Amino acid sequence: MVERQIQLTTKPLSPKLRKVREKAIEILLFLAACSSVATTIAIIGILVYESITFFREVSLVNFLTDTQWSPLFDDAHYGILPLLSGTLVTTAVALSVAVPLGTIAAIYLSEFAPFRLREFIKPCLELLAGIPTVVYGYFALLFVTPLLQTFLWDLPGFNMLSAGIVMGVMIIPYVSSVSEDAMRSVPLHLREGSYAMGATRLQTALKVIFPSAISGITAAYILGISRAVGETMIVAIAAGLQPTLTWNPMNEAATITAYIVSVSLGDLPHGSLEYQTIFAAGLTLVLMTLVFNIFGYFLSRRYREKY
Amino acid sequence: MQQDLQQVKKIIIRNKLWQAIFAVVGLLSVLVGIITLITLVLDLFIDGLPRLSWQFLTSFPSRKPEEAGILAAWVGTVLVMIVTAIAAIPVGIASGIYLEEYAGKNWLTGLIEINVTNLAGVPSIIYGLLALGLFVYQLNLGESVLTAGLTLALLVLPIVIVTTREALRAVPNSIREAAYAMGASKWQAIWDHVLPYSIGSILTGVIIGLSRAVGETAPLITIGALTFIAFLPDPPIKAEFPYISFSWLQAPFTVMPIQMFNWVSRPEPDFQFNAAAAGVVLICMTLGMNALAIYLRYRIRKQIKW
Amino acid sequence: MVETTSIKTKAKVHNLNFYYGTVQALKNINLLVTENKVTALIGPSGCGKTTLLRCFNRMHDLYSGNRYEGEILLDSEQINILSRRIDPIEVRMRISMVFQKPNPFPKSIYENVAYGLRVRGESRRSIIDEKVEQALYNAALWDEVKDRLYDLAFNLSGGQQQRLCIARALATNPEIILFDEPTSALDPISTSSIESLITRLKEQVTILIVTHNMQQAARISEYTAFMYIGEIIEFEQTKHMFTHPAKKQTEDYIRGRFG
Repeated sequence: MVERQIQLTTKPLSPKLRKVREKAIEILLFLAACSSVATTIAIIGILVYESITFFREVSLVNFLTDTQWSPLFDDAHYGILPLLSGTLVTTAVALSVAVPLGTIAAIYLSEFAPFRLREFIKPCLELLAGIPTVVYGYFALLFVTPLLQTFLWDLPGFNMLSAGIVMGVMIIPYVSSVSEDAMRSVPLHLREGSYAMGATRLQTALKVIFPSAISGITAAYILGISRAVGETMIVAIAAGLQPTLTWNPMNEAATITAYIVSVSLGDLPHGSLEYQTIFAAGLTLVLMTLVFNIFGYFLSRRYREKY
Repeated sequence: MQQDLQQVKKIIIRNKLWQAIFAVVGLLSVLVGIITLITLVLDLFIDGLPRLSWQFLTSFPSRKPEEAGILAAWVGTVLVMIVTAIAAIPVGIASGIYLEEYAGKNWLTGLIEINVTNLAGVPSIIYGLLALGLFVYQLNLGESVLTAGLTLALLVLPIVIVTTREALRAVPNSIREAAYAMGASKWQAIWDHVLPYSIGSILTGVIIGLSRAVGETAPLITIGALTFIAFLPDPPIKAEFPYISFSWLQAPFTVMPIQMFNWVSRPEPDFQFNAAAAGVVLICMTLGMNALAIYLRYRIRKQIKW
Repeated sequence: MVETTSIKTKAKVHNLNFYYGTVQALKNINLLVTENKVTALIGPSGCGKTTLLRCFNRMHDLYSGNRYEGEILLDSEQINILSRRIDPIEVRMRISMVFQKPNPFPKSIYENVAYGLRVRGESRRSIIDEKVEQALYNAALWDEVKDRLYDLAFNLSGGQQQRLCIARALATNPEIILFDEPTSALDPISTSSIESLITRLKEQVTILIVTHNMQQAARISEYTAFMYIGEIIEFEQTKHMFTHPAKKQTEDYIRGRFG
């Protein structure tokens, strides 16, 4: 045996230096992690700051009760209700498409679909989420609306119905993939317990798996609502930019997001009241999503199950 | 007993019938999404493909639909994406590493975690308002490529953070312990082992995030992206010293989805064919990136079995 | 072998082989399950006792690649419940199962017991009420839960949960109940209450139980089959087997001298 001397090509760092380097790296990483908190603070700060100046001019009561929104006209009105109705109607249409289809698709993929089919379909549904919303808007305006007009003769060119439907299809993958994950994580012994009672796949899925996964499924619905409420381009393109207080999905109406887009397209002087309206609208939007999220949080806590 | 059995059989037949009905309904529900996807792509291609040509890719926008092109738009998209990637990838991965490998259980890290989840749910147009108030007016960055890139970086950040964390979590603890047992420090264990083994999965998240940024329209409209740009930004690489220029960061810009939006909202049908053609290019970009990410993830799943 | 002249056979396993994919897990199993008696399957872990138990209600059908050969004949009808023409769901409606770990559904106590009835299409409230009470009573749980039938089943203790699962299995009047190590996740007190429950239940129903605990088999069963690496080494009356084991392996296992 030849004895070999181990030769270190580089000297290892001294323990002290090594400690300093480790600490420096940790601090750097920590700062990076804080960037997300900074973003949130900046969002809230900007929205509140600009909205405060807005609410000095327009009273909150006026903002919440006036039934007209026309900040750009001479006879300016600042009632958020028309924008709110547009947002709620398009969201409702979208959810009435996405919730049933997304849930059924999730149950099917989780409990029924053969492995091969699932491996093929899931990526396809993911692609659905990868299509830019402006393309969905094009599709809603120039394909779905004309299609609907073939049997709804009095449907106007801009309407909330087709925007909502297309938005619903866009949301299906969000609802189905989160619900499916929740259902697949229901433990095997519950499934077997049900099958051992002579239940069919469907009975097991509906009576055992679905209720067991309800908190995850609620989270999926909330995610869908947030997406629908905040979606911009589809409604801006296909539902029109005219603020109208209406609950009829066959009408043209602007949503909160569409209003922000329509104002941004023009050239608004920085600091003007019109400029501040979009921040007030944005704040309303954030508060709405926040309410839905808190609601969903408590709903899912209410139903949280431990297996 | 015999009669019981007959009854049981009847019930089973009925239960199975329901099950069969549901299987059909389920398959149809799944197909709704896929059929929509196919219809949408076909519709776009039928309208847009005739308009797609070399001239379309290399022309500036124009008042005449048949002369208009997307040169400024796709160059703008590429430049904005470069800024987004440079800003979002390091910060996002670093945050992910901190939260997964370093963060202890205290109120601050709890706050950061809740924050990341909530940021992922903030509507994209809100990021536009943030950028308008902060980048454009407070920091005076103007309606520029830099502003746009940073805005989209903020938007993409939660996606990168979340996928980084998932990827790191998938590396089993035994790997870390093995590295420590060899005398590695915490950072060495992460840099030499944990990160290289999870970089593929992180990459898929980055690609998905960037593909979302490519298609994002609303926040860029909010910060005042122009729709009619008949020039290209200053090129970043120059023939003479110092060879590199950053003036393109300050240039006004347009991007693909905004160009498409502009054409969709014109009343003339000829512009709508332009919109479709721009849409074809756009979904080729985003679907291509998504397909790449899905493929990568599939490969990784097949390869690594901890 | 077992004397079966005066006693009625409930199920008869005949030349059963079972494969997980290409791996043979059960080899040429022959077994008689006697009506209204407790038959225990014992053996070291991995010997195939749970695999055999799960053949009785076709649980293996839930996963692809599993294959049966041979027969399990039920009753006087002499139908082979392993036959591909027999619907596994039909088998499961006649033969209930209680699992190793208590697995109540995330529903109320009442709904857990009612589940089997609902699966069978029963919707008359009065009948369900009656059967739920009967089953809970038979599972010795009624007194403990009668005031909180609509509480979530997860709020029960482990032993109570397992008795709930037994009540769930009982509610549909099964012909056989399969027990898969029902007490291995429980404390000694809960275990003894389940054991005395099983002893009482055999008056109504035939019981097949897998256990890793030989004392348990000795306490509650009339017949015992000792299994080793997928085969039945010895099948005897319990008393007889525990006092005069015929095979060396059985004796080693019973005396605790095993591997």
